[in-house]
Amino acid sequence: MAVILSARGLCKNFGAVSAAAEVNAAIERDSVVGLIGTNGAGKTTFINMITGYLKPDRGTIEFEGRDITPLAPRDITRLGICRSFQIPQLYGSLSVFDNMMVALGVVLANARRGGFFSRGDPLVPGFEAPAEEAAARMLGRFGLAEYRDRNAHALPGGVRKLLDIALAMVARPRILLLDEPTSGVSAAEKFGIMQMVLEAVRAEGATVLFVEHDMEVVARFAQRVLAFYDGRIIADAAPQVALADPEVKRYVVGRHA
Amino acid sequence: MPLALAAILLGVLAGGPWLPQWAMFIVTVAFARGLVALGLMLLLRAGLVSFGQALYFCLGAYAAGALGRFLGIGDIALEMLAGGAVAALAAFVLGFLLARYRGIFFGLLSLALSMILYGLLVKNEALGSTDGFNILRSTLFGIRPGADWVRYTVMGCAAVVSVGAALVVHRYLQTPLGRLAPAIKDNEIRVEYMGASARYAVHVKYVIAAALAGVGGALAATTVGHIDPDMAYWTSSGEFIFIAILGGTSNVVAPFAAALLYGLIHTTAYDLSPNTWQMSLGIALLLLIVFLPQGLFGRLGWR
Repeated sequence: MAVILSARGLCKNFGAVSAAAEVNAAIERDSVVGLIGTNGAGKTTFINMITGYLKPDRGTIEFEGRDITPLAPRDITRLGICRSFQIPQLYGSLSVFDNMMVALGVVLANARRGGFFSRGDPLVPGFEAPAEEAAARMLGRFGLAEYRDRNAHALPGGVRKLLDIALAMVARPRILLLDEPTSGVSAAEKFGIMQMVLEAVRAEGATVLFVEHDMEVVARFAQRVLAFYDGRIIADAAPQVALADPEVKRYVVGRHA
Repeated sequence: MPLALAAILLGVLAGGPWLPQWAMFIVTVAFARGLVALGLMLLLRAGLVSFGQALYFCLGAYAAGALGRFLGIGDIALEMLAGGAVAALAAFVLGFLLARYRGIFFGLLSLALSMILYGLLVKNEALGSTDGFNILRSTLFGIRPGADWVRYTVMGCAAVVSVGAALVVHRYLQTPLGRLAPAIKDNEIRVEYMGASARYAVHVKYVIAAALAGVGGALAATTVGHIDPDMAYWTSSGEFIFIAILGGTSNVVAPFAAALLYGLIHTTAYDLSPNTWQMSLGIALLLLIVFLPQGLFGRLGWR
């Protein structure tokens, strides 16, 4: 399968702590990859380096054969690598609908549509519909329609997570990075959220990397697992294989099993 | 909104000849201040408070004045054009610095810049130092209105330009970049991770706000007939912030309504008691803030 994202020799130190030590990974197009590891193992650092928030001390990241290591987060986003956050990053004073409208506005602006002199309602690329309609469609797809007019800061935890992910999906990313999509969400909601997100992704055709602590979620939704320990990848295999690996059991899963 | 603005324009133009001279003065000054407040509103929506908008107000006034002083031009249209252009140009350059800052740093940096201009003007003999200088009597497109019609002409121009500016800003608020303002205020990280540049958006808003303040300054200069460095002083900036907050950020008419209300309170307070007008003004403003915290149109929920 074709590789869409490859990391080569990524190193990142925070003082004496090594958050990435020679991380190598090649991610295949349209795959769903789970990143596991204890806190501080380097999962989020890996995500942050891909999205340009952190610059690696050494090593390169290539997206579709292009070196994106030196780019700023917004330029990486414009290429089609979007992310959600461990703590949802929403526009707290705006309604759920207006959150969506802002996101769609950025998509329009980046596509040079809907500028000052444009006439009528510009169509959002990917939706081929006006922004209002596209927003309603997104809210429907993520089960957020009933929260449409609620302020984002007053939403329940699971809904905040979904909105955060929906905002990342608006630009129809080629790669979607989800940082702990089910943390802070009730056990009952976890599978529902992942199900909904992956269904939406499948409809669009995108590659997904998700950081996850719940091994049940990983085993069920990931096609491949990258297990991090101490800034290194100690296992890179299908879930059944990776989760059965003695090192992974000892350093990652052990505590839960 | 366009209809409401057209109605206001028609009202001012048609009703103008029946207004006494002093009322025309108040209305015209309200348009001038309203333009500055309209720009401040754009910045406020993005969570930015400029404590130094008088910088561009004063630049606009001096640009208009310089046309008369050095080139003998007293045309209102040219004065406003020059005022807006000079202010926008200055804001474009300074914006590279200011668009990097938020919150109190943005506010104080803009204040500092306006006080630098004040300092420069006070020391400048060619521009009349602390006394400033007088503006040429207004003409419009080469026509010199009769003495009784000067005020009306200036007010008419002010109304046309203000309504035009309000329409432009109204339209801008509906573009993706205009809609980004509350998002920048709420969560700039998210804005960047959606693939938009908050700094660019702030820079654009800053230049628009400055251009509006520059036009307002030119208008005030030609209305009052005199300019001096006090136009750049920080109390002048404070006035504009007050008007902007009084109006609120709900719609583009609000800054002008607030400017008119402010002018009326100011004039009445001065009339009633010339020695304690600041106190009366202060009390009136205090009451407005307590009872209308969302601005004039907050309670009505206009958008």
